[in-house]
Amino acid sequence: MKVSKTYPLKLNVNGEWKKAEVTPRETLLHVMRERLSHTEVKEGCGKGDCGACAVLLDGKPVNACLTLALQADGQRVVTLKGIGTPDKPHPLQESFIKKGAIQCGFCSAGMIVTAKGLLDKNPKPSREEIGKAISGNLCRCTGYKKIIEAIEEAALKLRRTKNDRR
Amino acid sequence: MNEKTELRIIGKPIPRHDAWEKAFGLTCYAADFSLPGMLYGKVLRSNYPSARILSVNTSRAERLKGVKAVLTAKDVPRNESVTRFGQTHVVGGGFEGLYRVLADRKVHFMGEAVALVAAEAEEIAEKALELIRVDYEPLPGIFDPIEAMKPDAPLVQEGRPNIITHYEVVKGDVKMGFSEADIIVENTYRVPFVDHAYLEPESGMAWIDEDGVITIRVSTQVIEHFRGIADVLNLPHNRVRVIGTYVGGGFGGKEDITVEAFLALLTYKTGRPVKLTYTREESILSHSKRHPYVMIYKTGAKKDGRLTALEAKLVSDAGAYVYLSPWVLLYSMVNAAGPYRIPHVKVDGYTVLTNNTFTSANRGFGAPQVCFAYESQMDELARRTGLEPEKIRMMNYLEKGEALATGQILERHVALQETTEKVIEALEERTLPSGQMRIGRGIASGMTSYGRMVFLHDTSRSHVSIEMDGSVTIRAGIQDIGGGQASSLCQITAEILGVPIEDIKIYIADTALTPFAGTTTATRQLYMSGNATLMAALEVRKVLVHKAAGMLGIDPESLDLVDREVIDKEGTGKSLPLKEVVRACASDGVPLYHVALFKAPFRNIAQFERIEGQVFPDFTFGTHGAEVAVDEETGRIQVLKLISSFDVGRAINRLSVEGQIEGGAIYGMGYSLTEEVILNQGITMTPSFSEYLLPTSMDVPDVETILIESGDGVGPFGAKGVGEPSVCSVAPAIANAVFNAIGVRIYDLPLTPEKIVKALKEKKDMG
Repeated sequence: MKVSKTYPLKLNVNGEWKKAEVTPRETLLHVMRERLSHTEVKEGCGKGDCGACAVLLDGKPVNACLTLALQADGQRVVTLKGIGTPDKPHPLQESFIKKGAIQCGFCSAGMIVTAKGLLDKNPKPSREEIGKAISGNLCRCTGYKKIIEAIEEAALKLRRTKNDRR
Repeated sequence: MNEKTELRIIGKPIPRHDAWEKAFGLTCYAADFSLPGMLYGKVLRSNYPSARILSVNTSRAERLKGVKAVLTAKDVPRNESVTRFGQTHVVGGGFEGLYRVLADRKVHFMGEAVALVAAEAEEIAEKALELIRVDYEPLPGIFDPIEAMKPDAPLVQEGRPNIITHYEVVKGDVKMGFSEADIIVENTYRVPFVDHAYLEPESGMAWIDEDGVITIRVSTQVIEHFRGIADVLNLPHNRVRVIGTYVGGGFGGKEDITVEAFLALLTYKTGRPVKLTYTREESILSHSKRHPYVMIYKTGAKKDGRLTALEAKLVSDAGAYVYLSPWVLLYSMVNAAGPYRIPHVKVDGYTVLTNNTFTSANRGFGAPQVCFAYESQMDELARRTGLEPEKIRMMNYLEKGEALATGQILERHVALQETTEKVIEALEERTLPSGQMRIGRGIASGMTSYGRMVFLHDTSRSHVSIEMDGSVTIRAGIQDIGGGQASSLCQITAEILGVPIEDIKIYIADTALTPFAGTTTATRQLYMSGNATLMAALEVRKVLVHKAAGMLGIDPESLDLVDREVIDKEGTGKSLPLKEVVRACASDGVPLYHVALFKAPFRNIAQFERIEGQVFPDFTFGTHGAEVAVDEETGRIQVLKLISSFDVGRAINRLSVEGQIEGGAIYGMGYSLTEEVILNQGITMTPSFSEYLLPTSMDVPDVETILIESGDGVGPFGAKGVGEPSVCSVAPAIANAVFNAIGVRIYDLPLTPEKIVKALKEKKDMG
């Protein structure tokens, strides 16, 4: 078995710099899950059809399964765990829980990450814009209604918090 | 607890405890675990739908560095497995779903497992698969169940007829029924193969624990397959342990064994931990599908709309192995005439082997197929009689106390009238048509059982205990597949023991440590394990109340458990902290736990061929309403409104119930419009989500849920199940709406734009 040549990779994952040796054909998804233990990034299809592996790459939602790890070299990757923690939950996480937008939960990581990408760019999205933003994220359990409601609620809360700070 | 006690936790929209971990990425799904020294498993699958295996040469693969095991049929101690339908009771019937763990001599469908590999790295395992040489002699296959029924058809399984079984339902005399009819409609309906398309592909990990027990941590709806897995290895049942993870969606696709037997074999052979996760393509190719049916329906009615007769012939495609096909067909038989009062009924059902991907459980288990047919028929009868679609249905709906065609008396509330009224009301004003968009609306009602068929002698156990600090532990062998199965048990226990839900910890899905609770299938867990947990919690409550009564010198009848306290309901202000009572009990050696066993009604069935009488514990009834816009140019259908009204008995958790009903409606919408596993001569043409099209956020309407709470279910607090019922009548509601929009009826699901355009053209050509 010939061993593929590996190259050094540096990634900022959720604010922390990480290093790995990776092969040229390795995807960001594979590196996140298998080399960096970020198993909160899910593999649903490996082909960019389902969005379960979405992460923010320099602030933009991408499918980690379609991104070569070396393409992401030196960039910032944010996963679900980087968005908020039980001690410091992000409003999206709170609203997904409260609204019942999580059933089996397998799509939730990609869904919340994608929604974060949307709200960072567009703090006041319409339902239509929310639907469009998550149209690459499949969910088989919820029928999307509660997910869209949760994103709306989080957006509202984020706008209020921002206004309070002013 | 008396009936009048106000419920504090039941019925409230309480966020589920598992949602918390899931929202922060803390839940470990099956593919998220790893162990030191772990190997990676891979499965070599057949490239032919029907072929003889002339030879399998594994020597090159075995020599590859890093390969630790290459297994073929000869390495399987007992190369025969079975999805035991009754996990704890031998059902009989003569057709338990035997299949080979690894193909031996022949392959029967494309994607059948032929060999297994375990290697130090995933890439090495993949490489090893390429080095295994299998010589096949392709054989003629049979891919159409109607063809497969013919006497000269090639046999799919040697020594067994292609027709697995033929069932009948006979009530009255259909000939006479049709002679009394003024109007008869007769149509042939077809429904496709459907993939469950859970977002989490099949996955698991196995290792041998320090005691030599084969331990498998897996995404499954049935941990009790441990017995079947042990049989494959020729080991005693207590030497195999299955631990279920939180499942990333099941929908029936993880009811049969998926990766478990492969994992057990590989870890047994290598002595090392092994992980095996299917790719999406492998999942679509190789796991079970929903049964396609061909359904010939003939329904007769009087001019005034009263039904006189229904005759149906159902043929289901079982694919290459039996699996649960006979039982799925049995559900269809019971449901075939729908929830209607029909004096004369005859139904013939066949399930037939072909060289297609095997079919088994899928959300609804045979109910959605026949519902599409009987509800399309009702709509056509409405048109022919000139009655409103809801009018003709209401005239014929069964009511409590009446019997299905199989003779099963509906002993509980039948909410068809109310759900239909609510749906009609909620559809409100019709959206105005614009341009080439035609607007139409349709309704359809359905019934789906919850709980398993009574001849399975279904049971569930649950263990509730209270700790010294007043926190509560539940142990239940349920699998949580995302429907809030675990959370509901916490809610029930919190209600009974008067503690907040966060005081409860539940341990689930471990054959070694949690009492057996049966399968998370058949919409049965809330009913079965909900009742078992309620019983166990009530026993613990009784002990606590008895002790507190003594301590306070008050009659136990006047005590209640509220907010971690035992209080006097009469308002004397007397109370005790719950943990103080617990400590007093512990000090006396009083048991602070209870294992309850809940038994569904048991009844043996004399003959499956003509099933009669009480077969199911109960049914959930409901109605769907849809409004659609059909583009006459492109044939594209947009669902504008989708209304689901169900009698849920009692909503234990309103959020979870709504979630099930909304998700079920969209699952049914996919079935209606886009989802089809296309097989061409046994070859899957839709092996990814870019060909197999699920509804996306851009396709869905806001599903409106209208709950009826009759309190008349057989579940805890009068609950009924909704997981599967929520799918049942969506497709006919949408098809009926399409008919209403364009005056053309489509008899084949899914309702693709091509079919619409073709049907419109045919209508135009006919003038």
